[in-house]
This record gives sequence, C-alpha cells and structure tokens, in this order.
Amino acid sequence: MIAFNKYYNHFNILSSALIIISLLLLIFKGLNFGIDFKGGTLIELRSNDTKINVSSLRDKFSQMNLGDVSVKKFGSDNDFLIKFENKDNKKNIIEEIKVNLDKSFGNSYDFRRVENVGPKVSAELLKSGVIAISLSLAIMLIYIWVRFEWQFSLGAILALFHDVIVTLGVFSLFSLEINLSIIAAVLTIVGYSMNDTVVIFDRVRENLRKYSDIKIFELTNISINETLSRTIITSATTLLALLAIYFFGGEILKGFSLAMILGVVFGTYSSIYIANTVLVRLRVSQKTVLREDDSK
Amino acid sequence: MLYFSKLRIVFITIFSLLFVLIASSNLFKFDDSFFDKKINLGLDLQGGSYLLLEIDNDPVIEQKLQNLTTTIRNFFKEKDIRINNIKIDNQNIFFNVSDENKQQVIEIFEEENSEINPYYPRFKSHQLEIEDTGLNLKINFSRQGLINLKTSSQDQAIEIVRRRVDEVGTNEPNILKRGNNRILVELPGLDDPMRVKSLLGKTANLTFRFVTQNEDERFGVEKLEFEDGTQEAVVSKRIIISGENLLDAQPKMDTQNNQTIVSFTLDRVGAKRFGKATSTGIGKKLAIILDGKIISAPVVRDTIASGAGQISGGFTFQSATDLALLLRSGALPAPLEIIEERTVGPDLGQDSINAGMIALSIGFLLVIIFMFVKYRFFGLITNVTLIINLFILLGILTLFEATLTLPGIAGIILTVGMAVDANVLIFERIKEELKDETNNILAFDGGYTKSRTAIIDANITTLLAAVILFFMGSGPVKGFAVTLGVGIFTTLFSVYFIARLFTSLYVAKNKNNGKLI
Repeated sequence: MIAFNKYYNHFNILSSALIIISLLLLIFKGLNFGIDFKGGTLIELRSNDTKINVSSLRDKFSQMNLGDVSVKKFGSDNDFLIKFENKDNKKNIIEEIKVNLDKSFGNSYDFRRVENVGPKVSAELLKSGVIAISLSLAIMLIYIWVRFEWQFSLGAILALFHDVIVTLGVFSLFSLEINLSIIAAVLTIVGYSMNDTVVIFDRVRENLRKYSDIKIFELTNISINETLSRTIITSATTLLALLAIYFFGGEILKGFSLAMILGVVFGTYSSIYIANTVLVRLRVSQKTVLREDDSK
Repeated sequence: MLYFSKLRIVFITIFSLLFVLIASSNLFKFDDSFFDKKINLGLDLQGGSYLLLEIDNDPVIEQKLQNLTTTIRNFFKEKDIRINNIKIDNQNIFFNVSDENKQQVIEIFEEENSEINPYYPRFKSHQLEIEDTGLNLKINFSRQGLINLKTSSQDQAIEIVRRRVDEVGTNEPNILKRGNNRILVELPGLDDPMRVKSLLGKTANLTFRFVTQNEDERFGVEKLEFEDGTQEAVVSKRIIISGENLLDAQPKMDTQNNQTIVSFTLDRVGAKRFGKATSTGIGKKLAIILDGKIISAPVVRDTIASGAGQISGGFTFQSATDLALLLRSGALPAPLEIIEERTVGPDLGQDSINAGMIALSIGFLLVIIFMFVKYRFFGLITNVTLIINLFILLGILTLFEATLTLPGIAGIILTVGMAVDANVLIFERIKEELKDETNNILAFDGGYTKSRTAIIDANITTLLAAVILFFMGSGPVKGFAVTLGVGIFTTLFSVYFIARLFTSLYVAKNKNNGKLI
C-alpha cells in the first residue's frame, strides 16, 4: 500500500501555490484569446512556392493596413496561419487580400481556411463559454450534493476548480491560444475529473460504512489504494487516446488535445490530493454517511 | 448479475448486429431506404462555408415610423384633432396636441381594439406604446411590437436568402433562423463563398426615378452617386417603378453594340406606370437605382408600353447575371451583415478526415494493446466489446443522420479511451472480491454489483458535461458533444450487455479453474 496520506500537507501547499500562480497569471498576463473570442480574421494559407515564407507574407500583409497582423507556420513548412484584427470589420477584406497577394505570388498559393468573426459574435461566444463552464461546475456541485454529503461535494468542486484554473494557467503561461475547442476541452476535463473523483469517493463512502474504527486520514488512503489500479489504467488509456489525437489528429486539434492531456493529468492528481484532503480536513466520519443514510 | 436468459442473448445479438449493419451502410450502398443512411460530414470535414447573417432592422423601423407619422396625421385630422411638431428622433415619434385632446389621443392608442395601434391579445400588448413626457407625446414600438417587426422581417429575409442561394445552385444548402434577427447559412462543398457573400450582402432595392434639375420638387430630391463613383446626379424621390413590379429579369447580349444587358418584364401595374412615365417624360433622364447607387440614367426616347425594358450599365456577363438574379429574387426587407464566416476548403476537409481517421486507428490500437497486455483474456473481451461499441456508436450517428465534425471524431477517440473505464472498474473489483472469495461466480457477481454505483455516477458526470456543451456550444463543438454523449450510452450498453454476456459465458464454463482474473 502506498502512503499517499503522508504527503497530503505537502501537496496541499503545492496545489495552493499552483492555484495562486495560475490566478496571478490569469489576472496579470491574461489569456491569449483567438479570433473566436476576440473577433478578427484568420486565414490558413498553403503555398507551393518557396518564395512564400513567413517574412514575405508578413511584408505583404503589413502593407495592407490591417492593423496588427500575426503570421505563423502552421504544422508543415508550406502552411501558414495569418491572423489580424480586422478592426473596421471591412466587408470584402478577403477579396482585397487575394487581389493583393495575386500581384506578388500569382496563383502559387491557396486559402485552405478562412474564418471571420465579428465583434458582436465574439463577445457572445465568450459569454456563452464562460456561462457553459460556470454552469457545468454548478451542476456537478449539485449532482454530487445529491449523491453524497456536502463535504464530498465541496471536495469535488475544489478539485474541479483546481483542474480548470491550473489548466488555464498553463495556457496563460505559454500563451497558448484559447478558442472554442478549448472551452469544449475544459468542459470535458470537468466531466473527466469529476468521474475520477466520484470513483474514489464512492469507495470512501463504502469504507466509511464498513469500518467504524478507522480514521478518515487512514481511510482515504485505503480507498485511494484500492482504486489505484483503476485510476492508473483509465488515465493511461485516456491519455493514449489523447496522445494519438495530439500527434496524428492534425494541427486543428492540437490545442484541444493538449488541454485535455493537461486536464487528465491534473484531474487524476486532484482526485487524490485535493478531493480527499478536503474530506480529511472536514473530519468526515462514519456519522457523516450514516446520517445521510438515515435521512434517505 | 451473471445470468442471461436465452431471449436476452438473442435480443443483444440482434441489436448489436443491427447497428453494425446500419454503421456499415456508410461504406456500402443498400437498396432499402432504412439502411441507406449516412453520417453527414460537418463543414469542417467536407469543406464549405458557414455564414451567420444579421438583419439590420433599424432602417425598417425608421421606415415604419416614417409611414406612421403620415398615418397619425391623417387619422387624427379626420377626428378634428391637430397634430403639431411631429418628428422622429431615435426611433421615437414625438408630437404635440392641445391639452384638451391629450387624454383622448392617449385613449385612442391604448384601447383594446384601437384602429391605429394593433393589439396582440396573446401577449396582452399593443404594437405601440404612448407616453406623455409633459413636453409632448412620445410613441415608440412596444417590446412585443418590436419582436413582431423583427420576426416578420426575418421571415421575409430568409425567403429572399433562400431564393438567392438556390439560384447560385450549391448542393443542399442549409438555411436556418437564429434568434429573431439572424439567419444561418451553411453551404457545403462551396469552395469560394465570395459570390454568395456578395449576393447576400446586397439589399437589391431597385427603383426607377427621374433625374431632375428642379431642386424643390414636390416629393423632394436627393443627390446620388453613380455606381462607378465618377459622377453624381440629382434625382426625384418619386418612385416610378420599383423591384416589386418586376416579373422577370435575365442577362442578355445586346447584339447591336455587343453589350451585356439585363432585360426585364414588368407586371401589369408596373407596365402601366412605366408606359405613362415614359410617354410624359420623353427627353428626360430616367435613373435606374440599386441600393442608393445609380446604375445608369438613360434618356427616354420613346413610350414603352409593352412592360419590357432593359438595363445597361457596362456589365460583364457575370455582373449582369448576378444583377438579374438579385432582381428576380427580390429585395431584402433590410440590409444583411455577415457577422461570422467560417470557410474550409475541400482539401483541408479531406486532410482533416485523414488525420482524424489515423488518430482514431492509432488511439484505438494503443488502447487495445494496452488492455490485452494488462488483462489478457478479459482484455480481449473488453477489446471485442470496444469494437462493437464503436460500431453501435457509428450506427446511432448514422441512424439519426448526425453531423460528424473534426471535434466529433476527437469525441469518438476519447470515448474509446474512456469506454474501457467501466470494464476496468468491474475487473478490478472482481480481483478484490477474489482475494477472499474462492467461488468464481460469487466473486464475479459481487464485482459487477459493487462497482455499479461508481460506474453510473462517473458516467453521469461526463454526460452532464456533454449535455451542457451541446446546448451552449456551436458548430463543430456541438459535434463533439454529440459523439461524447452518445458514446456514454453505447459504452454502458456494451459493458453491461455485451461484455457481461461474454464474461458470464466464460465464467460459467471455467468456474472451477481457480482464480479467473
């Protein structure tokens, strides 16, 4: 049996530090919002001419008065991602750009993807993203409250907060782009992390009923160990699937799968070291679950 | 938990085979229409354009209020009530009446069967609200009045949008209402949406009005630019004919001077008006105006009584075709703005499909190998179940002709990764039971029973996340929510029926062979 409970305090300090650092990053550095949430235009361009590269594209685009233009390689050497604000929300901007590029590059390039999100839509998308994440946290809280005692609910929700905030913190630290699919990833993380926590909690509750003489400090450790091989196997298979998406699923899914990978790692960690320590700190005992059984 | 009746086994087999069959209809062609269903590919996979249009209702409101000022003036004139200082400001109408008439005017607006202010009994609301500001009376659209106005302009606009998109002839466009002032247009397989965008961006308000020198004409005048921006002309505000009078419009080649023109035919009312105007206006210039810009202003040489005419204006064949199309489909009630556009080229779509399929195969393979190494025979059971699970998932998506997007494929891969969770929970539990239970059947039974609450709870949390995502997400992300959510049901089915069936058959045969797992 591994003595997870020996490190409860250490890891609680680590988790608190991670959350505080992430919050500071989110407040002072902020998130790198993509056009979904900031508005603007995105062009994925594929060239079949070595004349076209990041600097020549940057040159051409900066001559077009589009405001702040970002040009980056996208996956392979001849794919580029161009983003700009399109502040005035000009109508025929894509056509104008095509005409301009044709002059210098002829038809040795091709727009593979064009996205244009107006300011109104991006504000709405951001709002609905925030609502979706808050709503999912609230619903999880209520669900666990219904299924378990409030101490469990608090533990689960703290673990969820940790996972969401630290994942976003990593995105902030490395200036990774936040777009619609990242919101989907965060919601899935919420579901996954909850899933993981619930399995351990279910065992904690069962053991609480079984043993009256074991303190919660020991009991959580027993429960973690009993469910450990399941925790490892499920995290492993989920990570295998996610790694397959990350490495082979194409550029578009990279951010999404990265967020999920982070979320699965943090989610597994938090189920053990946050959710359970809350139970310990709240001195959950056999009485807690027996009272619940009586009231049902 | 381990007992299966014969009937149940038959049912499970038939059910599984059915979905395998439905799923395979994506690959083969079936004559039977029930099986001949396919998963729709989202725009991000098959390529195409997603356009979100917003109707700018302000001009409609302005126009309605403008008309209303005339109506109010005439209506109260008949009742011998003088309306003074009537003006429109910021979507409100303001006017003055004498103090003794004030109450009467307000009552006329607020009575239930008001002749001037329609009442919607369903919503217990009038179209217009009236308020005494002290200085004057203020009229504006009520909340319900505005909603009605927006809905009706949305209804008209969606009809026009549909006609225009149909005329361009893309395959299976999807045109839907969003809220009460937006229209969603999905154009699958369209490589270059520019033509559609430029067609949808035009209101196509066509009027024929005389060019005038007389600055103070009775109807008022306005200065308008020519379309090429080179000249200006002063035109009367009196409309001779408008787009509504058009029966048909076609691009044609004028054989005399080799010019592309748009020829049109007018309805009876239009033909009559056009005939009269051309007979009295010989020698004058008749401006043909589209969306506030003059296309051309030819001099009237003859009376045109046939109700047929032509517009020339230095068109290319393409621009003449587009103008004719716009005129045939009619004018939009209000200008449309494209507030969101997402276009994916077909080759990127194909690349995404390939990448998604490779990722799915590799992810699937990794999980299968992992499970086999870890659990041997029971890993094999899990893997067979996983394959059937995948078929059932694809089968359900096919049956409902759901739309598969790139995030949707990610959802399937994730389902593969997470689907083994339930089986792992069960197998681990059985292992624990076997520590102090020698009877295999009891241990397996206990393992299934005791792991059930954890499995159900764990899956419900993921399902809740998927449901929220489905309702809050848009486009491709919705596809992810669908596969993730459906995947949970198929996983539970395959774990509790298929994997359990295999397990129970195996355990029944080998119950006396020591610890089985």
